[in-house]
Amino acid sequence: MNEESLNPEKSGRYWLLKGMREAICLPTFLLMCAFVGFAGLARENGITMLQALVMTSTIWALPACVVLITAIANGATLIAAFIAVTLSSARMMPMAIALIPEMRTKKTRTWVLLLLSHFIAITAWVIALRRFKDVPKQYRTYYFGGLGGTITLINQFVVLGVYLSANSFPPQVLGVLFFLTPIYFLTSLWGSARETTGKIAMVVGLLMGPFFYLNLPGLDLLATGFIGGTIAYFIGRFMRARNAKGET
Amino acid sequence: MTFDAIDSWWWPLAFILIAGWLATDMWRWLGVLMGNRIDETSEILVYIRSVATALVAAVIAQLIIFPSGTLSETPVLLRIAAALTGFSTYIFIGRHVGLGVLAALVVLSAGIVLDI
Repeated sequence: MNEESLNPEKSGRYWLLKGMREAICLPTFLLMCAFVGFAGLARENGITMLQALVMTSTIWALPACVVLITAIANGATLIAAFIAVTLSSARMMPMAIALIPEMRTKKTRTWVLLLLSHFIAITAWVIALRRFKDVPKQYRTYYFGGLGGTITLINQFVVLGVYLSANSFPPQVLGVLFFLTPIYFLTSLWGSARETTGKIAMVVGLLMGPFFYLNLPGLDLLATGFIGGTIAYFIGRFMRARNAKGET
Repeated sequence: MTFDAIDSWWWPLAFILIAGWLATDMWRWLGVLMGNRIDETSEILVYIRSVATALVAAVIAQLIIFPSGTLSETPVLLRIAAALTGFSTYIFIGRHVGLGVLAALVVLSAGIVLDI
C-alpha cells in the first residue's frame, strides 16, 4: 500500500479528476450554449470547421474569437485584426496575474504555469477563484488543469457538433441561441468588473460601439476601445478622487 | 493582407494563429511572468482593463443591434428589450448569470413566436 491509496486526497490524480468533474456545471453549460452560437456565427461568415476548431482551441476566449470573426468579416488586414484581438484579450493579463499566485508554490515550474494559463478565460477563472479555497495549494495546478482542460475539450465537441448538424437546427433556434452570447458576456463581464471604471467602460462601450459601427466601419472596435476606454478611465478616476475627498 | 489574401489552406490558419492565438496567449504568458511583481491595483492595469472592457462592450452592442443571420430578421427593439430584461433580471434577482440569460431568451423567443 502506497501513500496514494491510503490517502487519496494527497495525490495529484485525485485533484485532476476532481477538477474534471467540477467542470460539469451551470457556467459550463451556458458557455456551451454560447459556443453553439459562436459556431453558428463562424459558419455564417464562411469559416470552415477546421478553422473554427483551431480558433476555439488556440484562442480559447469567446470575445476574442468573436472579435476575430468580426474583423475577418469586415475584411480587416492581419495587423488590424491582431490589434483588435490584442485589445480584447488584454483582460487576460490581469486575470492571469490574479490567479497565478494562488496556484504557484516554490516547487511549481514556470512552464507548467505558462501552459495552464491558456485555460484562463471567464468561465474557468470564475470557478477556480471560487473553489481554490477548498483545494490544497500544492494540488491547485492539477485541479485547474483538469477543470480548464475539460471545459476546453467539451467546447471543441460543441463546435464540431454544430458544424456537423447545423443544417438540421431550425434557424430560429440557432438565432435565439446566438443571442445567448451577448447576454452571457453582458452579465458575466459586469459581474467580473472589479472597479467602477470597468462598469463605466461597459456603459460607454455599449453606447459608443453602434455609433462607431455606423460612422467608422472597420475601425469601430479600436475606436470604441481607445476613446470609450480613455473617457471611462478618466470618469472613474474623477469619481475616485471625489470619493476620496468626501471621506476626508 | 486580409484573411482571403492568399488562396491556400494554410494562410487562413496562419492568420488565425497570429491574429488570434498569439494576440490572446501573449497576454496570459505576460500575466504569468509578471505574476506577483505587478500590483493588481496599479493605474496602468485599470486603464488597460477599461479600454478592453469598452472594446468587448462594443462587440456586445454590435451583436445585439447589428447581428448577422436569422437574428437580423427580428426587430431591433425586441432584441434591445430582451437584452434589457436579461440584464435587469441579473442585477435585481441575485446576480445569477443563468437567470439573466434565461429571461432574455424567454423575451426574445416570445417575441419571435408572437411575431412582434
